[in-house]
Amino acid sequence: MKSLSVSKAVTALMLAGLVLLPLYSSLSGNIFIMTLFTRIVILALAAASLNLIMGFGGMMSFGHAAYLGIGGYAVGMLAQEGVGSGFIQFPVALAASAIYALVIGALSLRTRGVYFIMITLAFAQMAYYVASGLARYGGDDGLTVYKRSDFSGLINLSDRTQFYYLCLACLFGVIFLIWRIVNSRFGLVVQGLRSNEQRMQAIGFPAKRYQLVCFVISGTMCGLAGALLANNTDFVSPAVMYWTRSGDLMVMVILGGMGTLFGPIMGAVVFLLLEEFLSQITEYWALIMGPLLLLIVLFGRGGIMGMLGRAGRG
Amino acid sequence: MLLVVEQFLNGLQFGLLLFLLAAGLTLVFGIMDLVNLAHGSLYMMGAYFAATFAAWTGSFLLGALMALGATLVLGIVLEVTALRHLYGRDHLDHVLATFGLILFFNEAVRLIWGPAGLALPLPAWLTVPVPILPGIHYPAYRLAIIAVALLVALLLYLGVMRTRIGMLIRAGASNREMIGALGINIKLLYTLVFGLGAALAGLAGLMQAPILTVQIGMGENILILAFVIIVIGGIGSIRGAFLAAIFVGMIDTLGRAFLPNLLRQVLSGAAASTAAPALSSMLIYLLMAIVLVVRPEGLFPANRR
Repeated sequence: MKSLSVSKAVTALMLAGLVLLPLYSSLSGNIFIMTLFTRIVILALAAASLNLIMGFGGMMSFGHAAYLGIGGYAVGMLAQEGVGSGFIQFPVALAASAIYALVIGALSLRTRGVYFIMITLAFAQMAYYVASGLARYGGDDGLTVYKRSDFSGLINLSDRTQFYYLCLACLFGVIFLIWRIVNSRFGLVVQGLRSNEQRMQAIGFPAKRYQLVCFVISGTMCGLAGALLANNTDFVSPAVMYWTRSGDLMVMVILGGMGTLFGPIMGAVVFLLLEEFLSQITEYWALIMGPLLLLIVLFGRGGIMGMLGRAGRG
Repeated sequence: MLLVVEQFLNGLQFGLLLFLLAAGLTLVFGIMDLVNLAHGSLYMMGAYFAATFAAWTGSFLLGALMALGATLVLGIVLEVTALRHLYGRDHLDHVLATFGLILFFNEAVRLIWGPAGLALPLPAWLTVPVPILPGIHYPAYRLAIIAVALLVALLLYLGVMRTRIGMLIRAGASNREMIGALGINIKLLYTLVFGLGAALAGLAGLMQAPILTVQIGMGENILILAFVIIVIGGIGSIRGAFLAAIFVGMIDTLGRAFLPNLLRQVLSGAAASTAAPALSSMLIYLLMAIVLVVRPEGLFPANRR
């Protein structure tokens, strides 16, 4: 029980920190930290969605950044065409991500293991090149979003604090949803499929259908992150979908602890803060970051959550 | 006609180059079951070593030979210090750890050689156009790449199929515990295979260097292509990698060369010229998706277990 309390305490501390951050920012006058943490919260949302299929479902998607781009481009393209209402932009972003996930999931789930990693990567690369070819929407150079999504007075996305809390609410909402999914009958079937697909099929569960639904849910969640990210940066470009971005998301999930509810948030916070911190010390921050990742893989099994659990026991 | 022959040869040359990269990757993947994203970094290091050594010695060939040795050593060092500890781990661990290595290598190169790219100039005797058919000339250097890559492919085939080491490598691929139990030093064997793969990647990098500029991140795009190839060819299969590499090289090159004109006949000029590069870059991924949907284990699945 003690091991549980250490990781629980750290998680609670982190969540409280995220909630109270705007207070600290306004007291200290540090505006930059808000910008940084809005980005962290959005990418934590993306990592949490990836964790649903990777950690709980055992589906190693190496193309999750595609949804960031799809959600972002849905917002950017609609804004460009004069549709500024968030009530249209966000549902379109989610629907587009869901449809993309449905199509590539149906095809990709025919394969398994490394082949699955590679085919999801291939589809994301295709999305990347499609976006590069969209001349009307900036092509390679990307698309500037001149006006953030308009929620007709309900919430103002251009207000730094309001936008931060919107992102945080989305993150907590998604985490809550994942918690409900994981503990539902559906979620238990998906986790069963991760452990032993043959046996689950023998009991009579249509494996692929369950996995596909899970895949689509995860993709839709990440599309939400994409729509938020485009609003945050006021810009969307093919680079959002590049495969190293998918790699970053995977790193966040594994770093925090795969298959744990709050691990991905922890991973995103630590990864992005480390990136920020190291890049302030030295221009060559990746020189430290790279070997650090290697060491975490070699010695820190189960990510930060796993280490906290062990620290509690030891 | 001239253009078709030329592009066909370009496709062959690019395909063979991709084979060198994919062969190392598929060997490491098939035998050690290691997903090595840092393979592209070894390709990059090969190019940087070659550019540096060639400038030092003043000789292209000498520089290339030294670079080949240097990537071999680098590969062995990398295997012994880091990657060896990843065998038997989850594929996801491999992805994460070697992703970290990519970051490291890119940054190290930026630190040592600076952010600007390098050039590797060719000696005069390799820049002359060679007549291959009446009225058709082709650069000597590209022909040399084709010749070297074919030679390496042949040596690799003979080495794996006909020598004792090759036999051990194949045995290691099918059952690593068993050949360990038979008294073979499997650790040494793995290090050897990894070094060989690294040298092949370095060779591909240094041969590509005079055609493109030597720059940071040059290994990443081509690494993904190499992965596409080994997945299409079937992981662990050198024959599959060879055929898939030629196929991918052809499709990529011919697509880039002829797709814009084809599109222009269907679409308006402006739309075609923007859609064509994107579409031709997508072709290979489309091919891979189709192959995987039809044959989830690749075209030539190696008989494992």
